[in-house]
Amino acid sequence: MTNTYDAIVIGSGISGGWAAKELTERGLKTIMLERGKNIEHISGYVNANKAPWEFKYRLSRSQQMLNDHPVLKRDYVLSEANLYYWVNEKESPYKEVKPFDWFRGYQVGGRSLTWGRQSYRWSDFDFEANAKDGIAIDWPIRYADIAPWYGYVEKFAGISGSKESLPQLPDSEFLPAMEMNCVEKDVAARINKQYKDLRKMIIGRVANITVPHNNRTNCQYRNKCALGCPFGAYFSTQSSTLPAAMATGNLTLRPFSIVTKIIYDKDTKKAKGVEVLDAETNQTYEYYAKVVFVCASTLNSAWVLMNSATDVWPEGLGSSSGELGHNLMDHHFKCGANGEPEGYDDKYYFGRRANGIYIPRFRNLFGDKRDYLRGFGYQGRASREGWSREIAEMNIGGEFKDALAEPGKWTMGLTAFGETLPYHDNKTYLDKDKKDKWGLPILAISAEIKDNEHKMRVDMMQDAKEMLETAGLKNVTTFDSGYTLGAGIHEMGTARMGHDPKTSVLNKWNQVWDAQNVFVTDGSCMVSAACVNPSLTYMALTARAVDHAVNELKKNNI
Amino acid sequence: MGGTLVGMEYMMSGCKSAPAVNVNVLFEKNNIKLLDEVGDTILPATQTPGSKDVQIGSFMALMVRDCYVADDQQIFINGIAKLNDECRQKYNKGFLDCSKSQRTELLNELNKELYVFRKIRTIYEPNHYFRMMKELTLLGYFTSEDGCTKAMRYDPVPGRFDGCIPYKKGDKAWATS
Repeated sequence: MTNTYDAIVIGSGISGGWAAKELTERGLKTIMLERGKNIEHISGYVNANKAPWEFKYRLSRSQQMLNDHPVLKRDYVLSEANLYYWVNEKESPYKEVKPFDWFRGYQVGGRSLTWGRQSYRWSDFDFEANAKDGIAIDWPIRYADIAPWYGYVEKFAGISGSKESLPQLPDSEFLPAMEMNCVEKDVAARINKQYKDLRKMIIGRVANITVPHNNRTNCQYRNKCALGCPFGAYFSTQSSTLPAAMATGNLTLRPFSIVTKIIYDKDTKKAKGVEVLDAETNQTYEYYAKVVFVCASTLNSAWVLMNSATDVWPEGLGSSSGELGHNLMDHHFKCGANGEPEGYDDKYYFGRRANGIYIPRFRNLFGDKRDYLRGFGYQGRASREGWSREIAEMNIGGEFKDALAEPGKWTMGLTAFGETLPYHDNKTYLDKDKKDKWGLPILAISAEIKDNEHKMRVDMMQDAKEMLETAGLKNVTTFDSGYTLGAGIHEMGTARMGHDPKTSVLNKWNQVWDAQNVFVTDGSCMVSAACVNPSLTYMALTARAVDHAVNELKKNNI
Repeated sequence: MGGTLVGMEYMMSGCKSAPAVNVNVLFEKNNIKLLDEVGDTILPATQTPGSKDVQIGSFMALMVRDCYVADDQQIFINGIAKLNDECRQKYNKGFLDCSKSQRTELLNELNKELYVFRKIRTIYEPNHYFRMMKELTLLGYFTSEDGCTKAMRYDPVPGRFDGCIPYKKGDKAWATS
């Protein structure tokens, strides 16, 4: 049959791209199904080389954009610069039982085109946390299980950063680190000295390559990553995993392919393939394979599983534990502190670094004990203000113009990213009443942060203020600009891994307990959220799961 | 620019749908000319080009038409008439017939008025038309080709990052961050 492959990958973002690369390199004929349009590497990045004056509204938002994107407009992500990397919200609505920001990228590459690229390993403080705290369920893996896979994906993806030997933030296989600017260097030195390395400010670890790497050009310091990089200097499906998968000759990529369900065979207790709705023609197709990788992004992977209900599994494939769709997490953020470094008026920088500084977690570690669980890390940067610093001052005219054309004062900000706990009642489920453009049921999302996160936010502000003041900054003020779950764009959970099929959806190899040739390796598999950016962990878990799948196929175990 | 640009969002919740505003009047020649001169008074040519050189009037009209909500469009359009009224009261002639120094004097007064207005204003009060004109002038000028490449320094492909270079007063800012 022409619709038969060795493997099916649902989704083409960071996780799907990795699944496709690994499966095809191991010799499996693979089809990667992407619900959205294709975006070609380089030629598809239509705005990537535009100057500021070539954008009609100079990167402001038109009323049309606001009307068309009622969710996206809630945050910076709605921009004239890269509208074409975001979902058409009118075609694909969802129901907010409680407010939830869901920023989706429906195209080949998914959100690998627009991600923040911050890349951090987890540590055993994270993998052991649930067990130690008695929260939710234990992770079925430890750092030792994933460490070699971190190294494996880092060497291919290219992560720049500095070796620090921090127990809570293990070092990666790094390309050369980016440089801090003058202010950041001094602030880092003061923080590191004051806190005797219990708190440390380091350069961000980022999936931008700082030297040529795997036939990709190194970062040119344009800081236009979110438009797509014509140099291929940051990791994305298009720049990295897709060309590798294509080079094997084993990959078929099919855009406009909405996977509506995984076809479950109750005799073999396995999936035999998937059903696809062509988003352009509305035709339905079936594809068959020995193994299915679900990498549709956290909430959509849950949707695919739930929409794959059968009389055996009426709540969806993988629903036997009652945990499918539950334990939805994100990172809560948008609070921290800003201040003004003084004495650097004679200093500036050259180039636009697509990266900031990072302060790894220090709360509830090394003997510290707070009135909440877990912790947070900070991202931040120091920079000089630009022309937009000015509007209220009482002048106009030539001197005013020339003054604005010079750099303003230095400022430095720290924004905390905090761990959210996995709560069973933070969930998503199929809304039976409303349908999307294709007549498919939509997701309802009901989730919120709770006491633990609210308590943490106090420290997230105060600790930032304390550190900036310690570093000698003036006029330090805290901020909390409000956070809605989902705004971190780090959705996790809904199909968690575990030791026990009674309490988890996936086993320790990311296999669905109820259909062991189905692997879910994107953010849905996460058992807890940690406080670091999650994508590097999805990459490692995906590569690890493919290795297991291929070995099991060889042994005829699945 | 001190937060969100005017007009990008409804400030008021439950905002009634305002009647359609005839924004096309903004594109009439005399209005574009007036907006050019307003912009050029706010950011005039110095050693580097001024706002008129970057067609600031057309830019303002485009932004008000496509990016402003109806309430703000109306305030902006009424603002043009108000500006001329203020001129007539003060100098007995319209803005375009005023001398450069008269224009500067008037806009400085409006700027002071705006500054006071901003201090006492709550988000439930309408925006001030001069804030709109000033904001759009700054945005339009400093993101224009002349603004980026002549008033400031623009380097599309820096190729490297140097975190610490000397700066002396008068050196231009980088146009993009």
